[in-house]
This record gives sequence, structure tokens and C-alpha cells, in this order.
Amino acid sequence: MDEIFGIPIPLLFGQLLLGLINGAFYAMLSLGLAIIFGLLNIINFTHGAQFMMGAFVAWMLLSLGSADAARIGLALLLLPLVVLLLDWLWLKLRLAQPIRLGLGVFVSAAWIAACFLENGGPVARALGAMFPNGLSYWWALLIGPIVVGASGVLLERLMIAQLYKLDHLYGLLLTFGVGLIIEGIFRNEFGSSGLPYRIPPELSGAWDLGFMFMPVYRGWVVLAALILCLATWLVIEKTRLGAYLRAATERAELVQAFGINVPLMITLTYGAGVALAAVGGVLAAPIYSVNPQMGVNLIIVVFAVVVIGGMGSILGSILVGFGLGVVEGLTKVFWPEASATVIFVIMAIVLLTRPAGLFGRA
Amino acid sequence: MTIDRRRLLAGAAAVPLLGALPMRRARAQAASTIKLGVLNDASGHYRDIAGPGSLACVRQAIQDFGSRGFTVETVFADHQNRPDVGVNIARQWYDQDGVDVIIDVTTSSVALAVNGVTREKNKVFLGSTPATSDLTGAQCSPNGIQFTYDTYMLAKSTGGAMVKAGGDSWFFITADYAFGHALERDTGNFVRAAGGRVLGQVRTPFPGTTDFSSFLLQAQASRAKVIGMANAGADTINTIKQAAEFGITRRGIKLAALLMFISDVHALGLNTAQGLVCTESFYWDLNERTRALTARVLPNMPQGLRPGMGQAGCYAAALHYLKAAADMGVAQAKADGRAAVARMKAMPTDDDAFGPGSIRADGRKIHPSFLFEVKTPAESRGAWDYYKLLQTTPAEEAFRPVAEGGCPLVRS
Repeated sequence: MDEIFGIPIPLLFGQLLLGLINGAFYAMLSLGLAIIFGLLNIINFTHGAQFMMGAFVAWMLLSLGSADAARIGLALLLLPLVVLLLDWLWLKLRLAQPIRLGLGVFVSAAWIAACFLENGGPVARALGAMFPNGLSYWWALLIGPIVVGASGVLLERLMIAQLYKLDHLYGLLLTFGVGLIIEGIFRNEFGSSGLPYRIPPELSGAWDLGFMFMPVYRGWVVLAALILCLATWLVIEKTRLGAYLRAATERAELVQAFGINVPLMITLTYGAGVALAAVGGVLAAPIYSVNPQMGVNLIIVVFAVVVIGGMGSILGSILVGFGLGVVEGLTKVFWPEASATVIFVIMAIVLLTRPAGLFGRA
Repeated sequence: MTIDRRRLLAGAAAVPLLGALPMRRARAQAASTIKLGVLNDASGHYRDIAGPGSLACVRQAIQDFGSRGFTVETVFADHQNRPDVGVNIARQWYDQDGVDVIIDVTTSSVALAVNGVTREKNKVFLGSTPATSDLTGAQCSPNGIQFTYDTYMLAKSTGGAMVKAGGDSWFFITADYAFGHALERDTGNFVRAAGGRVLGQVRTPFPGTTDFSSFLLQAQASRAKVIGMANAGADTINTIKQAAEFGITRRGIKLAALLMFISDVHALGLNTAQGLVCTESFYWDLNERTRALTARVLPNMPQGLRPGMGQAGCYAAALHYLKAAADMGVAQAKADGRAAVARMKAMPTDDDAFGPGSIRADGRKIHPSFLFEVKTPAESRGAWDYYKLLQTTPAEEAFRPVAEGGCPLVRS
């Protein structure tokens, strides 16, 4: 059999492919981070928790009919979306800011209190009654990003927006803390060993490629990640909205002077970045065990990807995400013990030689 | 109100006085109070196999022990699977907080470190979830007892059974730290002794590995008949899940879950886990006594988990220590950890988790080990009805013979 450095070539091909699949996750997550950093100058350390929330929403949707925890959890996660929609309604009704705030607090308090009633309260019971068989993976792909994105929008409005005047470090500390709190809450509710989530029947099975057995689902992940990355890149680089966004990054005051609602744009950008993390979470749910720590391990690597690609560079994070996935895959063959470290070695080298990252502007 | 300087000074002087009052009372109490510290992973991979569930079981033991003229307190801490953190907590507990016994200590690397500190301070270490057989081998201590299982027991039961069933060539996927290495070594020895071959192994970074597909493909490429998973918790879950995804098991390669807990089976779901073979020393539905213990402790378990063997071991360890302390006198048990452990070894054990048993000179608690097969969804008759018993290894044969362990306590 043909070999390279003592490794059979078919095995090597398999590893390259697997690396590409893991790279798809890195690319998707680092893309969201890059967008948020590029436009908001916020280093979003909550990203891992938001990725995890995406996976949990997928599990909750599927288990609506069978698990109390799923019903109650989803009812609570729907709260940010409900508050945002109501707030939008109140804005249309021209209610004054303090009244909107008061109403929002009241609705939230009532909603949360209702979820702690017996049997999860009216919302949870209604969810269970409406969907006794749960909602499938495909619904999760749609609903997950919306629900988690809405929580991101609320987080940006209520907390992160207060920090734009200050140094980056404050945003980093805030988002890091919020991430730890979210993970802690999920750990207390769901434990650490994770929840079962099966591959959707449409995507189960595998192709025999000769040199390896390629699960259909992993192929789908790569495809979905490529589509998402490409679409995001096109929106930001080739559309009018993207032009506004890029302009707002350079000179927010000037863009605002042209009559564009920059704060709204920033909020929605953060929401979109978070939604991307949630999509990643839903895609990851059938492969990795759905557990509260699933974002922790990934997020550190993803930060390295963003740093290597150049903070805020979208193309950089996509290419480096896939590239590092492949490098990591190869390390797993040649020196498995170092596979968790290799990315950081590369990061150190890149920072020493090109401090702005491979695709960043100094 | 304005605060003048004199009042401020008076207030500042009063603070240490106030602080001293409860402290003095605590000292007076401490003479007849035993303090049990439960130290394990409360926030990571191993939370569900130990974590707050171990604390619940220790508290159950205190309750079942009842009142014998002294009080028992518990403290709980998270070592985050890091030996440095574990050692710091252990030192603080022993030096400042008056802790007499440390129980559990998930993660072998942390357990070996805490074992050393305990010996140095002459306190008591009762390991339940650490697996490395070195705790009763080269690194055995007169201040320590290992309760629930070890890598030798797991290797002998699961490894031996797999080779007997025709799985004579092995490839290991090993978590790259003390526990994984010990489990791989002990299992490899059994495989070779039974006439099998070990074709290779891959060491995966711990913690921090979520994707095992690459390692599974390497295992497959080695053409081994059995893939031995020398890992635990979320690592095992991910490996099994991804092995199913990549069709490894459908190609006739057997997976050997060398250390699997019932909470792992629960997380995998029977659809994925069915047919796996694993070894435990406790199963909640094993007999009347285990069912009774489970019923008592269940209301206090986190997330409605059934107690696993690690948590049940914490129950047995705490109960037996309290019996020994009552027997020899609380003051002496607190003053001399070595004497307390010696008394524990001299007394026969009996508890609802493992039934009657004993503790050997090298610190190994012995009881039978059970080889289970995970039921199919059709066979399971209710919540947490997951195992069928394949084989029982009696207590005398389940663990490594004293002479082979190389424990310095025994040689001298």
C-alpha cells in the first residue's frame, strides 16, 4: 500500500476530509465573531454559550412532547423574542421610553414567574400540547437562530450597548461573564453528560468513498457551512446593506448624518452574529453530545482562528477556519497528543510575524 | 449622619472582636465534629458521574449512620479536573478549615496529587471515582483507601470478556493523562495474557477533544477487531456516538467501553448504546438493598439522575469511615488519619451499595464486579432500566492480587 511518512494514503485522505468538516464549524463560528468584532469592536466571549444554546434549542424543540425540562426551557428562551416583539409594538403605539421599559420588566417578570408554576405554567403546557411529537431538526435550523439571535439582540441593547464608549476590555469581560453565567445555568438544569439528539432520518446513512465511510450528515454540514459563509460574505461585500455596515465601521457619525439608523444596524448585526453561532449549534447537535460545555472547548480554538485570520476579517476567518481544521486533522495522525495545541502554536507564530493576522490590516 | 474619627476607630476595632466570637464557638464544637470534604468535578466532563450526586450520597450516609454522640458536617468543592486546584483546596481544607476526610476526587491525576497531600498531613483520603490502580499500587498510602473500582478491575472484567468472545486484536483510544494510561496498560496486559494482540493506540488530548472521528478512522485502519476506549464521561459518549455515525460498529468492529457509567448510557440513549458491554460495581436495580438505597437518595440527586457506581462508592466510603470513627473514638480518629484508616481496614464493611466486603492492606476495598450489557429499547421496561447482567466476578478475583500491585505498604 502507498504510504506517506508511514501513514497509508487512504487514511490521509480520510483525515483531510475530516479536517475540512471540523474546519466548517470553525469557519462558521469564527465568521460570527469576525462580523461582531469588525462592526461593533466587541470581542464576543459569549459566542460559545450561544453556540451551545443553539444546540439546546434543537433538543428542546424535539423533546417538547416528552420532557418537562424541554418545555420550560423553551418557554424561558422564548422570552427575549416576546419582549422584543412587544417592544416593537409599543414603539409603533408611540409609548414613551420609561413606560416601554416598565412594561417590558413587568411582562418579563410575569413570564418567568409563570414558567415556575406547576407543570411549567401556561406557556410550557401550550407548547407541549401544540407539538406533542416535537419539532424536527429542520424547524430547529429555522427557529434556533431566531430564538437565540433575539436573546443576543436583547443582550446587546441592555448591556453591551452601555460599553461602546469604553475600552474593548470591558466588552470582553462582560461577554465572558455572561457566557459563564449562561453555561452555569444550563449545567445546573441539565447536568454535564449531555442529552441524546439523533441525526435526522433524511440525513442518516453514509457514502462509501472507498478510502473511508463518509456519513451523509457530515457532508451536509460542510455544504451548509459553505453556503452560510458565502452568503454572509456576499451580503457584506456586495450589497448596499453591507456597504452601510462597512461605512459605519469606519465613520459611524458620518453614516448617521446621512439618515441611517446606525444603532439599530449595530444591534441587528450582533443579533445576526449570534444567530450564526446558533446555526452552528443546531448543526453540531447530532454529532457532538448536546451538553453545556460543548461551546467551551470550541470557542478557544475559534478565537485562535479569528486572531490568525486577522481580527474582523471575514474572508480571513472563513479561509483560516477551514485551513486550521485540516492542519488539526493532520496533526491527529502524525502527533495526536499535540492536536489540541497545534492551533495555538500557529497562532503564536502568526502573531510574532504578522501581528495583524494573515488577512488583517495593520 | 457624619462619622467622626473616633467612632470610625471604635468601629474598626470592634470588627475583629465580632469576628472572633463565632470562631471560638466553632473551635469548641470542632472537638466532637467530623468534617467530610467532598472534592470532585462539579462543572466539567465528570460532573454527572460524581459532582453534586456524590455529595448527596455522602449526606445520605450521614443520615443513615444516625447520631452517635458526635456531629458530622460536609463541605464541597470543585477541582475543575486540575491537579493544582485540587491540591490547593486539599491544603486549605486540612490546614484552615478543619476537614478530616476528603472523599471522592474524580480524575486520577488530581486524586494522585490529593493522595500525596493527605499522607503528608496525616488525614484520610477515600477515593471513589478516581480509577487509576496506582492508588493501591506503586503510590499506595497508609492514609488512603480506594473504594469503588479501578483500572485493573475494569480491564479484567471487560477486557477478559471481550477476548473470550473472540476479540483478540485491540486498538486503544486513550485519554492522554494518568487514568487513560493506566486503563490502557491494565487492559493491554489482560489482552496479551489471554493470547490477544495490541495493534496500536492513539492518545487524545484531555480535556479538549470533541471530535473523535479522526482517531476512530485510525483505529479502523489498524484492522483491529476491538476498539478499546480508555476514556470516560463525555469523551466516551462522543466516541460511541461518532463510531455509530462512521459505521465503525456496522463493519463488525467491537467497541469496548472500558469505563462507562449509567449516566453515560442515559445520555447516549438506548438506540445508540444498545449492545455495549461495560463493567460496574454497582447498579441501582441490582438487588433489594441497591434499590432501597436509590429510593432514599433519589430525591436529592441532581436532575433526577440515578446514582452511579462512583456516587454509591462515596456513600459506602462515608458510612464505613463514620463507623470506624465511632468505634475508635472521634478525638483519636481526627487526630490520626493513619490510625483511622487502619481501623477501617480492620473492620469488615457492610452497606447497601456493595453489600458485605472488606478492605485489604494495600487500601483496596474489595467487592464483586459485574459485567453488564446495555439493553435494547425493546428490552427496557422503564426509566433507567438499562442493564442486563452477563457475568459476576467474585470479590476475591475482581481486583489485582496484593502481591502484584507493588504497594510498598505490603512489602515491608
